[in-house]
Amino acid sequence: MQLVKQKNGNTNQADQSEDKQLMTHKFKKITPALAAASCSLLGAGDTLAKDETGTWNFDVAALLYAESDDRVQAAEPVFNATKTYDDGEILNFKVVFDTLTGASPNGATPSDQAQVFTQPSGKGSFTTATNERPIDDTFQDTRAAISANWSAPINRDWAYSTGAYGSKEYDYLSLGINGAVKRYLNQKNTELSVGLSFSADTLEPEGGHPLGLSEMPHKSSSAFDTEFAASREGSSDTKTIIDAVFGVTQVISRNTIMQFNYGISLSDGYLNDPFKILSVIDDTAGANFGGNLKNTAATAENIYLYEARPDSRMKHSFYWQTKYALNNGDVIDGSYRFMLDDWGINSHTLDFRYRWALGESYLEPHLRYYMQSEADFYKPFVSSTEYNAGAPTFKEASSDERLSEMDAITVGLKYGWKFADDQEVNMRVEYYLQSHTGDNGFGKLSQQDLYPDSQAVIFQIGYSF
Amino acid sequence: MMNKAYLRTILLIAINSLFISACSDLGVKPWERNILAHDEMQLNHDPVEAGLDDHIYFSKEASSGGRGFGGGGCGCN
Repeated sequence: MQLVKQKNGNTNQADQSEDKQLMTHKFKKITPALAAASCSLLGAGDTLAKDETGTWNFDVAALLYAESDDRVQAAEPVFNATKTYDDGEILNFKVVFDTLTGASPNGATPSDQAQVFTQPSGKGSFTTATNERPIDDTFQDTRAAISANWSAPINRDWAYSTGAYGSKEYDYLSLGINGAVKRYLNQKNTELSVGLSFSADTLEPEGGHPLGLSEMPHKSSSAFDTEFAASREGSSDTKTIIDAVFGVTQVISRNTIMQFNYGISLSDGYLNDPFKILSVIDDTAGANFGGNLKNTAATAENIYLYEARPDSRMKHSFYWQTKYALNNGDVIDGSYRFMLDDWGINSHTLDFRYRWALGESYLEPHLRYYMQSEADFYKPFVSSTEYNAGAPTFKEASSDERLSEMDAITVGLKYGWKFADDQEVNMRVEYYLQSHTGDNGFGKLSQQDLYPDSQAVIFQIGYSF
Repeated sequence: MMNKAYLRTILLIAINSLFISACSDLGVKPWERNILAHDEMQLNHDPVEAGLDDHIYFSKEASSGGRGFGGGGCGCN
């Protein structure tokens, strides 16, 4: 806060300089002198600010995320520490914990008969009642993530940053490094940046990961152990993700700043979700038209296939953000993102925030709209014709609702209070509603709701000091 | 699909380049930065909240990144 005050101190002097600015149209020779004067003012500011730099700033926050119908519940505490040095170098550490409990859809369709599923670990099974959406309630995980970042100026026109992070879950490890270079142009009104990030992830799902499009073995089978082993591809697998982001940040006017980013992301390796399966639906005319296709075992169990995605994905994203300060101190923040990838998905994201200044506190309403098209290989179910008696007519398929055509809206409100120098408490509540659309099936299946809406409430409380 | 996609990519890069060349006329003098220097005028002024949001939407939707890297770093998607 002290720093801000000093900045404000400069501002008074700067405002005086501003009046002089009008004269520069007539007396252009004054401009270099003014620039020098302002530089020395900023220099003086830096000197004054030295008491503040070299000290730590901390943010602690906790997020609670709760989906409706007892689905995923998450609690996520965050601890963030930033140290700013005299010469503009910044050191940042961040630790995040994440606890997930609840249930997640396993990708199978609801049915007019009870369905029995083998747990992804192969250690047990669970039954879904008639006309209910199959949900795997063994879903739980704990994650710890830590990251460190360092950024520093190289000289007046250049700066760089570098970072590393690690994230560990029970069955997942992600390690990454990143770096970026910035170039300032036009008296720092334009900033060009290039960033690169590399991440290596290892998955070790309990029970190994399933072979794509293989049939889910049933516990009722006498040869379950052999069948389960045959449906496994291995105990661990990896994926690598390379990201590059090219950005332009431009000061438009005294109260407007704008950013454009182009990002490209390449994922390579095991990209399946080992916990997702697809129902095989009988499309033969008759009593079971639109019902689950059954296997030939004596117990006549439903046939389900493990999902299979491509082993690479390339995403492009285009991001535009603008911030505009009103004369009364309110701030409008709007952004738009267009993303497309070689899985056939494209998406639009619009985000809007209005920060309403109320003296020491503020209120910030938030609106976000998201829409995406479905992936080329998205299938809410597989027909028995496509299943082709165990020799599928396709190579890739996933019923993951996150790859379906959807739109989503977030409505939120945040309140913050700067109750002392450099100290702020804030809290926000948001509501998230996701709606999906797609093929509604045929026969008996068309009686089921394949695309129920999902809703979540987000609550966050934070303290900065 | 991809040809159309790449065409769009190239078009957007071209538009961005136009903005950059137009940018030399935009901007402020160093002594006009008092408003832009405010905390709330930083493009990512609450990185903790942005990080939490990115994690939620990465877990629930097929898109990620934009503001920064789209990586992920978790088994949630």
